[in-house]
Amino acid sequence: MVTVSRDNPDPERPLVQLDQVGVDFGRQRVLRDVNLAIPQGQTLAVIGESGCGKTVLLKTIIGLLRPAHGAVHFDGQDLAALGERELTRQRTRFGFLFQQAALFDSMTIAQNVSFPLRQHTHKTAEEIRQMTMARLAEVGLPENILHKKPAELSGGMRKRVGLARALALEPEIILYDEPTTGLDPIMSDVINELILSTRRQHPVTSVVVTHDMRTAQKVADRVVMLYPLARLQPDEPQVLYDGPPDGIERAADSRVSQFVRGEAGERLMEMRQQNGR
Amino acid sequence: MSTATQIPANQHVPTQRLPAMVEWIADLGAVVMDGIIGLGNISTFSLRTFGWLFARLPRRETLIPAFYQIGVLSLPVVALTGTFIGMVLVEQSYVQFRNLHMEAKLGAVINMSLVRELGPVLAATMLAGRVGSAMAAELGTMRVTEQIDALTTMGANPIHYLVVPRFLGCLLLIPALTIMADFMGVVGALFYAVSLLGIDFHHYVENSQHFVGYFDMFAGVFKSLFFGAAIALIACYRGFHCDPGAEGVGRAATAAFVYSFVMILLLDLLLGIALNGLYFSLWPEAPKLF
Repeated sequence: MVTVSRDNPDPERPLVQLDQVGVDFGRQRVLRDVNLAIPQGQTLAVIGESGCGKTVLLKTIIGLLRPAHGAVHFDGQDLAALGERELTRQRTRFGFLFQQAALFDSMTIAQNVSFPLRQHTHKTAEEIRQMTMARLAEVGLPENILHKKPAELSGGMRKRVGLARALALEPEIILYDEPTTGLDPIMSDVINELILSTRRQHPVTSVVVTHDMRTAQKVADRVVMLYPLARLQPDEPQVLYDGPPDGIERAADSRVSQFVRGEAGERLMEMRQQNGR
Repeated sequence: MSTATQIPANQHVPTQRLPAMVEWIADLGAVVMDGIIGLGNISTFSLRTFGWLFARLPRRETLIPAFYQIGVLSLPVVALTGTFIGMVLVEQSYVQFRNLHMEAKLGAVINMSLVRELGPVLAATMLAGRVGSAMAAELGTMRVTEQIDALTTMGANPIHYLVVPRFLGCLLLIPALTIMADFMGVVGALFYAVSLLGIDFHHYVENSQHFVGYFDMFAGVFKSLFFGAAIALIACYRGFHCDPGAEGVGRAATAAFVYSFVMILLLDLLLGIALNGLYFSLWPEAPKLF
């Protein structure tokens, strides 16, 4: 099978493709008929309010969640059709930065960052140490945190360690789950810059899930906006906007422009109507 | 008039009862369905654990901390409870045996109870309380903070990485803990009987030796293997399927102990019946106490 790798780029063929993807949690449907093609090298921002299924979309792309309907193709392969061993191999081509970084509490920072290297490579301890320090330097963290535990670091530092860990195996695609949530504006901008510099240093495809419009507009080539199914009509598409970041403010759908501008008017009226019932 | 008012009243009762009954049946059905789904899930979880157990052994860096937590740190508490339960058994049984002038036979009964029942059950209960709850809470926290998802995204199988070392730790070290509980119970009972109650040492030991055999030791240790496996699987399953939030983690830790304890007692009964059957088929002329 011909695969889209960094050595064999094919801008026409998407690295990730979602076909009519639907995801359910018990009886509740979270994603419905989502179609999305992400070409290699693109930075896609997925925006939308809390509970619209952004994180679910991200976890479906890496195969942490299985779609109830439709299929997710990564590099031309249907993830649901892969066996556990092959799925594991494909996952090493991904990097995932979790919302709260998801660092292993029981391990030091050095052990956290080197975890993927120890799992999947046969490098010597010294090589792993060098690579760990290089990754930490890339995200602007000093050597003296190597032997600290995650609980001893601030939220911003934990996020940067999480990014260093996601970069450890030099992935082809990085998935960022709300990378700036819970950070101060300066640290948010530091993370945004790191996303951009990562892209400059490595020819990587990125999917950034966020509800921070500054992040979306700064880092993305393309923006997709999802809307919660509970407030959509059955025949309405869940993707309300799919286009360049600079066109989103002029989107025809008022729900998109309201989200971009952070206007709560219609939502407040909805909430008041619900409370009045 | 009275008849006319009674008839509608009689007709009214079943129509009100019917929806309540339907609701009750629906609730019962939901409980049964949840039970069956839970049983299916834990069976699948156990099968996946066995699959990984035979596919590839975990790395030393995951095995050693698990073994240290499960085995080494549990030894003192198991030894202490074993000692006390041995002494308590002597204290509780002594008066009855003295009334029959059979104090010397006390050793046989106490040691048999310890080796076949109390040693394994006590060691397992301590393991479920000390290690099972902690494992469920630790894995539950990892689930809630997405650390288990992080493992998966980095191409490490969470069952292989987290469950198999804990399963092996419980399975392989519970026999040692059981032997420790047995030994300390026997020593505690001997000390209490001989030093404090003045029972003759020679007769106490001779009766114990005559009545308690290798099969009894084997039966206790054999049962403990099942207890250890059950504790590890239940605790890890509860941790992996933990509800979100601090409350979910707390519930997982409590449920791990409660379900493990119930399973220990159930397995104890079933294995006790099976092992007794085996014993009497192998040795029909078993030694008799009286």
